[in-house]
Formats: sequence, structure tokens, C-alpha cells
Amino acid sequence: MPRVKVARKSTAIDMTAMCDVAFLLLTFFILSAKPKTSDPIKAEIPAAAVSSTIPQTDFSTLLIAQGKVFFNVEDPDVRKKTLEIMAAKYKMSFSAEEANQFSGVESFGVPIAQLHGYLAMQPRDRDKLPQPGIPVDTTNNNELYDWVHSARLANKYVRNKELKIGIKGDSQEQYPTVQKVIATLQKQKVDRFNLITALKSK
Amino acid sequence: MAELDTSGGGKHKDGKVRTKKKAVRVDLTAMVDLAFLLITFFILTTTLNKPKAQELIMPDKDDITKDQLPVPETRTMTLLLGDNDKLEWFVGSPGKSKPTVIGYGKNDLRKTLVDQDNAIKASHGGQPMIVIVKPSAQSTYKNVVTVMDELNIVDIEQRAIVDITPVELDLLKRDGLFK
Repeated sequence: MPRVKVARKSTAIDMTAMCDVAFLLLTFFILSAKPKTSDPIKAEIPAAAVSSTIPQTDFSTLLIAQGKVFFNVEDPDVRKKTLEIMAAKYKMSFSAEEANQFSGVESFGVPIAQLHGYLAMQPRDRDKLPQPGIPVDTTNNNELYDWVHSARLANKYVRNKELKIGIKGDSQEQYPTVQKVIATLQKQKVDRFNLITALKSK
Repeated sequence: MAELDTSGGGKHKDGKVRTKKKAVRVDLTAMVDLAFLLITFFILTTTLNKPKAQELIMPDKDDITKDQLPVPETRTMTLLLGDNDKLEWFVGSPGKSKPTVIGYGKNDLRKTLVDQDNAIKASHGGQPMIVIVKPSAQSTYKNVVTVMDELNIVDIEQRAIVDITPVELDLLKRDGLFK
């Protein structure tokens, strides 16, 4: 008796729609992903169980590691304005080219006297440069005070909002360095700031 | 379906017979696989990497004597942060009560905070404990963050980070937590 053969259908599925969706989502995630900012110095941030999210805008980060302090403001326009205010304070002048370069610099740690040389470097070379950090002496040579103050003024001017300040410190950093930074902030009546932490369970 | 129908007629005007074009059909499976792999990667990296922060409010440096109530010593617990991830604590003023050396672990610091808080609430009619954190020069940033985090977890609202005094530094030195 001949068996009735069921004709096998090919199992090829139309992938076009799936592929469309997948790439749409992929594009969304790539665009929404913030490019990872590379810090000039490695800091292993401490973990805390209770934490809140930090704002993405109107935010300035002070990176503390190996006894050095690095400064960063999020918004490029605010950065530019900050440099302008700093230049006026220190009676220096920066060309338009240098100002443009500066607006692209994420986190830096050179004294303002060396800023001309730093901005003249190629971005690739800047990463290799061992930066001495921004001077935070408790006496008269406290450039960090001026940087933070200028950034706060610049943020108010450009975005009309208060600048929030975050401290990103290395876990093993000795407390005196952090204390100096906090004292610098408190000198200009910034008593509220965010310590950037990693997540951990209770 | 997902193919471009390119099969045309065999004969053309000029009468020449051309080879019949095959229907184009691309297998998209590998491409979809790759796309989803990348999506997974981006989802994981974006949501898990959101920076978190612990809010820290320092006591105002000015106006220290104005509009301030005296704080009862018996309600105040002081934490002195020493080196090698150790700290010591006492209730009251330095020198009068004996400090105890503990670590930063769950069973050390958190237990002490909860016990002391309960003890003080019981003896002071429900008034909460006040914690003063005094990091020494040899404590690390991590120690400070850990202590503030524990205070957040235990929910002690009245706390402050204050500079260490020489008397308290001597206590740390005596107990071998400061070189």
C-alpha cells in the first residue's frame, strides 16, 4: 500500500520585519548611549547601597585620585564660558581656536599657566600626558576654587540654572585630599554635593 | 514575501533569448542574530552604567554660634576613622567614655549603630541619636563613604562630618589606629 506522502514545506521564515525592528532598536540604543568618557586618571569609585541618580546636565565632576584633582563640566558651552571667566580672572587670553579646543576637553588637571601648552597638544597626546592636577592649596594658590566658581557663574549665565557638583574619588584616596576639596567648595558656600558611587547591596 | 521579483519574460523585442533571472532571496537570519546581539549589549551597558551618587550635606561653616541649640553629650555618638579600615566609637565627650575599636562590616558598624540608637532612644524618651563622623588623615575616602552609607541605611538623620581634634587623635594613636 503506498503511503501518502505529505509534501514538506520549506521552513524559511521571512526575517525582514524582524530585521527592521532589530536594527531600529539597535540604532536607538546606540544613539541614546552616552560615549564613555575616559578619565585622565583611573579612579575606583567606592560602593554605597543608598544612592540617587545624578543629573546629566548642569553638572560638574571633580575627580580625585592619587592626591590630584581633575575638573570637568558637562556642557561644552558652559566649558567655553568658564574658560572666558577664568581668563579674565587670571588676566590671560585664549584664542578662539583654543576656546574651541577647550570646549571639547572632558576632564583635565593642569595648572592654568600650562593650559596654553595643553590645548596646543593633539587630543591623543593629551591622554598620555601625566597631568599634575589642579592646584588646591589652602593658601593663596587655589585654582580649583576659581574653576568651580567660574563654572558656577558660567552655568548660571549660559543655562540659567544652578550648577551641581559631584565628587568622584578613588576608594583608596587618603581623606586629607578629599577634605581639601570639600573645604574649597565650602569656602564658596557649596555645602551640598554628590559623592559618585557604585551600587552595592545592603 | 521578502524577495524582489525580478523574473521577467524570456523573450525580448530583439528576439534574443536571455537567461531567466532567478528570484533574489537573502537569508537574513545571521543579520538578525547579530542585530539582537548588539541590542543586548547596548541595553546592558546603558542601563547598568548609570552613575549613582550619594548626597552629602556638610554643616555650614559660618553662623556656627547663631540660632543653635546645645547638643546633649549623652545623645552624641562620635566615630573616629583610623587607618587600616578600622574605626573607634564612643558616646559622650572624648576621654570620659572608653572608645571601642570596630571594623566597617555589617556585623560591626551597623550593629553598633542600631544598638546605640535604640539604647539612646530608650533612655532619652524617643529622641534620636546624633552621630559625628571624624575622619583622621589616615582614613580613606572609601571609609567615609561607607560610614555615610551605613548611616543612610540605619536612617540616622542627624549626622555631620567634622574635623578631628587633637584629643581624639591621641585616642586613635593610643589604640594603634593612627601612626
